[in-house]
Amino acid sequence: MAIYSDIHGTRAGGRAADAQPDRVTMRLLIIEDDRDAAEYLVKAFREVGHVADSAADGEDGLAMALDGQYDVLIVDRMLPKRDGLSVIGTLREKGMETPALILSALGQVDDRVKGLRAGGDDYLPKPYSFSELLARVEVLSRRRGSRNDETVLRVGNLALDRLSHQVRRGEEEISLQPREFRLLEYLMQHAGQVVTRTMLLENVWDYHFDPQTNVIDVHISRLRSKIDKGFSQPLLHTIRGAGYMIRDGAR
Amino acid sequence: MTALGKLFRTTTFKLTLVYLTVFALFAAFLLGYFALNTRRLITEQITDTVNAEITGLSEQYRQGGIRRLVIVVDARARRPGSSLYLVTTFNGESLAGNVTALAPGTLDHEGWRETVYRRLDEAENSGRPEHDALVRVFQLPGGFRLLVGRDLDERERLYNIVLSAGRWSVAMVIVLGLAGGLFVTRRVLRRVDAMTETTKTIMEGDLSGRLPIAGTGDELDRLAQNLNAMLERIEALMQGLKEVSDNIAHDLKTPLTRLRNRAEQALRAAHNETEYRAALDATIEESDGLIRTFNALLMIARAESGQAREDMNEFDAAEIAHDVGELYEPLAEEKGIALKVEADAPAPVKGNRELVSQALANLVDNAIKYSEPKPEAVNGVAPEIVVRALADGDRITLTVADTGPGIPEADRTRAVERFVRLEQSRSQPGSGLGLSLASAVARLHGGELTLEDNHPGLKSVIALPRGGPVQSAG
Repeated sequence: MAIYSDIHGTRAGGRAADAQPDRVTMRLLIIEDDRDAAEYLVKAFREVGHVADSAADGEDGLAMALDGQYDVLIVDRMLPKRDGLSVIGTLREKGMETPALILSALGQVDDRVKGLRAGGDDYLPKPYSFSELLARVEVLSRRRGSRNDETVLRVGNLALDRLSHQVRRGEEEISLQPREFRLLEYLMQHAGQVVTRTMLLENVWDYHFDPQTNVIDVHISRLRSKIDKGFSQPLLHTIRGAGYMIRDGAR
Repeated sequence: MTALGKLFRTTTFKLTLVYLTVFALFAAFLLGYFALNTRRLITEQITDTVNAEITGLSEQYRQGGIRRLVIVVDARARRPGSSLYLVTTFNGESLAGNVTALAPGTLDHEGWRETVYRRLDEAENSGRPEHDALVRVFQLPGGFRLLVGRDLDERERLYNIVLSAGRWSVAMVIVLGLAGGLFVTRRVLRRVDAMTETTKTIMEGDLSGRLPIAGTGDELDRLAQNLNAMLERIEALMQGLKEVSDNIAHDLKTPLTRLRNRAEQALRAAHNETEYRAALDATIEESDGLIRTFNALLMIARAESGQAREDMNEFDAAEIAHDVGELYEPLAEEKGIALKVEADAPAPVKGNRELVSQALANLVDNAIKYSEPKPEAVNGVAPEIVVRALADGDRITLTVADTGPGIPEADRTRAVERFVRLEQSRSQPGSGLGLSLASAVARLHGGELTLEDNHPGLKSVIALPRGGPVQSAG
């Protein structure tokens, strides 16, 4: 648990202190030829309670991914022997649907598109922050069996009806702008998980660039004022240094 | 390579040689033809005269017998000139004439032949006949033989004159041609050498050098002019590149220095975990800023190089105006700025939606940063930002107008240059490269970013051609 608080910075008495993500141990495979980076990731993932293996080239990575039971693969794009996209492509051909996140020094939009087209599930340009990677990997690991098909999403006494576009907290109906609705929907789909600003920008706004100023924070605080204001138990939490999380703090 | 060897290897010289050979052959052929024809003509003339004379003389013989013929021949033989006469008995005894020492057997048969002779009035110095002649032997009734001929010296002399003239001409053609060729070649070579010399200094890094222009307007001049224009462009590009790398160095080194200082400071002065933690937080924040700047630089470089042209699709600029407006509206409101979007009519355009969004977002972000109201500012009027999308003929415009301090007119052109951050932007968060990026994106689409006065404030206009960039070579 140590690293999580190190990275995310628990502020004594702050709201973040009681907002811990629901963490289930994941098995991860890191395919990365930079030994230092791989070691750092293995260690960092272990410190937050996950199990991580690493492979130093594409062939090893492919072999390990094929016979290991991994929840998520983290694949560097440029690898010796076999490049990352080919590793993922081969896995998909063999019917392996293990979610894969591509790490790449090429951060351009079309590279990202190429990566996703090759069968990757997410794409993170280097240099990345560990909290960003962690948040994305956790979201990926729970994608299967996620709440995508539920009509009504619930967190505590907050309910979002995806069909009628209605949001209620307790008995009170909350009116949201379309974008706020989508923001809340995304957060609630990933209730109990940390969602970063970049993830929100990508999934709610479909933008893959850096908007310079933290515009997302303002949207979140607007949303927060609508769903949390006047309630003793806040649901939307800021995870310092990482992003946001919606969860029922009373549990 | 020796100077001469270099000379001989030039194209000009090789061409000279080819022309020279052709001309020399032609001259030789022409003069030879002329010489032979002259000779034939003279021979014909001789033949005609001799025939006429023989006819005349045989007439004399017919009228007055051998006596009269001898008298006439004797008279004619005494006249100066190249005419040759001889009358002999059937056994070769000379009766009259001016010829002796004929080649043996000359008189035996009738008809034409060339022979040697000596004139009677000439001294018998060497015993060897000295002259050539063309003669006709005519048998008269009674066994007498009449020989009439012409000395061939004149013909041979003329022939020789023409021949030697021909030889001289050919020799002159060759000598003058070679000399001329060498001269021209050397002249051309000198100019090419001068160009090569300049090119060398340019390659060594001095881009200010220009190729010499002779002012004759010939093909070398045109080549030099074009190369000079190219150099002009390269120099401008290099200058730009240098400025760019200076700017990049500045933009990256400044935060790197801060980063380093902070880490050093922490190492030296921090006493407890809280202080270390604060220092590390600041370090991470600083490096995030660095990454941001770096990404912006890469993005600009990428837009500048035109790579992103590949994925361009039709999209609605009005929709982008609404989306970006919506993204920034809460931020603007929080800062006490009214952000309005005026984009009612669709403005379809072909381009890269993501990049155009980013460009517009950068402009809005800038506008918000610089419009932050100061308590005493603008007579209490709330600052306002208007985002507009307009379809205007064959182009669309995306406008962001604010009521902030604006940019002085003198700085406006510079502000949209690649990788340029104005001084005022350095104190603000963000990469400060927003305008550069927006400008690069506009250029990528074949459009442009212009900054105008909004009275007060700044009006940034991205104008894009509707059909996307005109594809020039890929």
